[in-house]
Amino acid sequence: MVKKVIVEATINGDPVELLCEPRQSLLEVLRDELELTGSKEGCLTGDCGACTVIVDSRPVCSCLMLGVEAAGKNITTVEGLATGATLHVLQQKFLEHASLQCGICTPGFLMSAKSLLDHNPTPTEADIRYALAGNLCRCTGYDKIVKAVIDAAKHVADGVGTTHHGKVPRKSASEATRDMLGKGEEVK
Amino acid sequence: MSESSPHENFKVIGTRPIRPDGVDKVTGRALYGADYALPGMLHGCVLRSPYAHARIKSINIAKALKHPGVKAIVTAEDFPVVKGVMAQVGELIVNTHYLSLNIMAREKVLYDGHAIAAVAATSRHIAQEAVELIEVEYEVLEPVMTAEDAMKPGAPILLEEVRTKLMEHRTDPGSQEGPDRPSNVPGHIRFERGDLVAGFRGADFIVEREFSTATVHQGYIEPQNALALWSADGHVTIYCSTQGSFNVRTLTASVLCIPEGSIRVVPAEIGGGFGGKTTVYLEPVAALLSKKSGRPVKMVMTRAEVLRATGPTSGTKMKVKMGATRDGKITAAEVWLAYEAGAFPGSPFAPGAMCTLGPYVVENLRIDSFDVVVNRPKVAAYRAPGSPASAFACETVIDELAEKCGIDPLEFRLRNGAHEGTPQPAGPAFKKIGFVETVEAIRDSEHYRSKIDGPNRGRGVASGFWFNGGLQSSATVNIHTDGTVSVVTGSVDIGGTRAVQAMIAAEVLGVAVEDVRALVADTDSTGHTDVTGGSRIALATGMAVYEAAHDALTQLKTRAAKLWEKKPHEVAFSDGAFTAIGNGVPPLTLKQLATRLARTGGPVTGRATLNAGAVGAVGNAFATVCVDVEVDPDTGKVRILRCTIAQDVGRALHPSYVEGQMQGAMAQGIGWALSEEYFYDQKGVLRNSGLLDYRMPTCLDLPMIEALIVEVANPNHPLGVRGVGEVGIVPPMAAVANAIYRAIGVRMTELPMSPPHLLKAILDRRNQAVTQAAAAD
Repeated sequence: MVKKVIVEATINGDPVELLCEPRQSLLEVLRDELELTGSKEGCLTGDCGACTVIVDSRPVCSCLMLGVEAAGKNITTVEGLATGATLHVLQQKFLEHASLQCGICTPGFLMSAKSLLDHNPTPTEADIRYALAGNLCRCTGYDKIVKAVIDAAKHVADGVGTTHHGKVPRKSASEATRDMLGKGEEVK
Repeated sequence: MSESSPHENFKVIGTRPIRPDGVDKVTGRALYGADYALPGMLHGCVLRSPYAHARIKSINIAKALKHPGVKAIVTAEDFPVVKGVMAQVGELIVNTHYLSLNIMAREKVLYDGHAIAAVAATSRHIAQEAVELIEVEYEVLEPVMTAEDAMKPGAPILLEEVRTKLMEHRTDPGSQEGPDRPSNVPGHIRFERGDLVAGFRGADFIVEREFSTATVHQGYIEPQNALALWSADGHVTIYCSTQGSFNVRTLTASVLCIPEGSIRVVPAEIGGGFGGKTTVYLEPVAALLSKKSGRPVKMVMTRAEVLRATGPTSGTKMKVKMGATRDGKITAAEVWLAYEAGAFPGSPFAPGAMCTLGPYVVENLRIDSFDVVVNRPKVAAYRAPGSPASAFACETVIDELAEKCGIDPLEFRLRNGAHEGTPQPAGPAFKKIGFVETVEAIRDSEHYRSKIDGPNRGRGVASGFWFNGGLQSSATVNIHTDGTVSVVTGSVDIGGTRAVQAMIAAEVLGVAVEDVRALVADTDSTGHTDVTGGSRIALATGMAVYEAAHDALTQLKTRAAKLWEKKPHEVAFSDGAFTAIGNGVPPLTLKQLATRLARTGGPVTGRATLNAGAVGAVGNAFATVCVDVEVDPDTGKVRILRCTIAQDVGRALHPSYVEGQMQGAMAQGIGWALSEEYFYDQKGVLRNSGLLDYRMPTCLDLPMIEALIVEVANPNHPLGVRGVGEVGIVPPMAAVANAIYRAIGVRMTELPMSPPHLLKAILDRRNQAVTQAAAAD
């Protein structure tokens, strides 16, 4: 067996040093060596996008990148999306719009959408559909995912960035969601 | 049931709260099956057949066993021989003998990807290497790949013991239909009524067409997985993603011939199922590898394994003949359906026959449907199993009849629409249903009333019918000392059902939905609960939660009575507060009462267990859709411009998740219509076992999906709920076909209507026109 290699990388802001086999994918390293199981394995061939992470500001299918290639890179996974207990605006909007059913594709969609908004804070619906076309969702028909990203983009454009709703609001959740969904419809 | 009719003054039901498991799922913390790990865990990998049909002459595992890191190998030799027992699982009936053979091939392999052996090793890579060291000698046999070929006389036989049987006789030995010889057609069902000959004689127009549909897969994004630990005391614990943890327990026990009670199944979060995760593939294998190695064993399928070896749904061959009078009344229908079951009996040929024409009053009809084994993976349930294919056929013919009659296709459906009292094709009359209302919702929609113009553009409509599953559910509702509530059920949450269970309990108990936690328990921690399938969770498990919450409420009233030294019937409950009838004690909120439970007899837990009834008896669901397309006549590519779905949901408990079911079903239907298809080569080897070539819709392929919620209360449910999960997938294929016809004048009778198929149809029509013109000259 080939000897393991020491890899140093920055993952979700933390310097990380790990041992991995040269044949292990970044996804495998994240999930099995670092216990960051938020990135999901759906195909291992780069077709479903469930394992999407951000590597030095670009969205990457972590199943298509070797763990050893992570050396010196800055990697963000879904576990690094929220700031402490404060959810990222995309996470909040996915919840409010009921953009997930089973939720297995959600981490990948969130990372692809984050990458889009990082590069283009004012995307059109077509921009959003194009940016998310590498992520498969089998539950939702994409409608509520696209609406959540449209809504999140509005908040980013308004300079809100992230929301304060780290904890799900207790009393006004349904009203807030309803108001917001009304707005979501108008965007269409 | 405490209340017999639905009431309108809901506080929680009909709102859109955030789901209780939401934060875990957007932060990556939710644990799906493949995310579990145990100390000392091994990784399992399966050797699969490269042939579609072959006799296994020998299996040599010696080299693989010596590979460093390998701890155990199992083949069919390690599995008990299971006698055939028919077990009802969700909407389908399972033969445990064939289930066992599907999990691990014995003597014969029957499809490309059929499991032959499995290895447990210290890493996934080592297990994979060891699998490649197993030597198998095959005698390759001729495969039979389609229903049409498998039904021909002299076709290669898959299972020597199979005889053709009428559905009602399938469990009697010696009751075959026709001669006593091996057959690839294990099942035939027939529904007949009226006088077909007279019906067709009375028709002004008759349309007769043949159809075929390709094998398609459920396409859940999370592959099958199982982590099993066979403990030295004989207890087995299985962690897995499944739609039915109790199913996994029953089926694993039956395949391994061990007591059900020795197995505990812990359902993980599940990454989609759509029916495909109602059976077992890896669970018994992982358990046996754990028994042999003495260590926990985790197995996760690759995508290629998912496509090659887990249940897709049937490809079909169908013939429909239908007649109508000039004023648009259907006079007769003759339907012939053949469903490919894959390698073992058990396609959805019966529900396919029961559902087609379900939306209509048809006095004279005959429907024959056949279950046909072929050398493809054994099919599993897929959203409204059987109904989408047969609806594609009949709804296309109905569109053609409407056109011949010169009647708007929705109006044609309204003139023939089924309503309360209409007998279903299978016989029983419908109770209160909302089919006509779904057609009217589309007819009155902004979409249908809008103009569609531009070249090569067209609009199509279609309808569909599917049953609601009732079946068994259990629920407990715990009142905690601070007045918060937990709801425990055994129903795996595949699409937001925890939110719905919390909402029902909150509604009954008059507390904020945020004060209710909803949990999914393992098989030792809750009463028996059937699968998350059959559109039955909000419906049947919701009914159990409703009753359990009422049980808790009754107990709480008794406690309040005790505090006030009253009789229980002297305590009233409204707006979240208990009041004593007749004197001036201040009311107690549930929260206030909860702090006093210790003094009045201890904790309060409400319980309910029920069987909500047989599939179809508890409710029925209908949907009608409208699709606008644009066809590129040079390439055969179809673009969906706009789509709308109207569905009778009885009552929308959480409208966002109801819309989500409708939109998701529509998207799957569009994939089925336009791009999804298994490609087998002549040897029966699957050539597109990846998601690049098995082409499911991406968000670039779809527009927004408009969801029109129609609410015709279900009389069999205390809140009026109907199952919403499945029926939406039934109409889209025919609607797309009908839209393509309106766009370019080509009637598609084959799915998928992918660019190669559609382009061929366009060119055939063009060539035909040229030939006719030449002949006329």
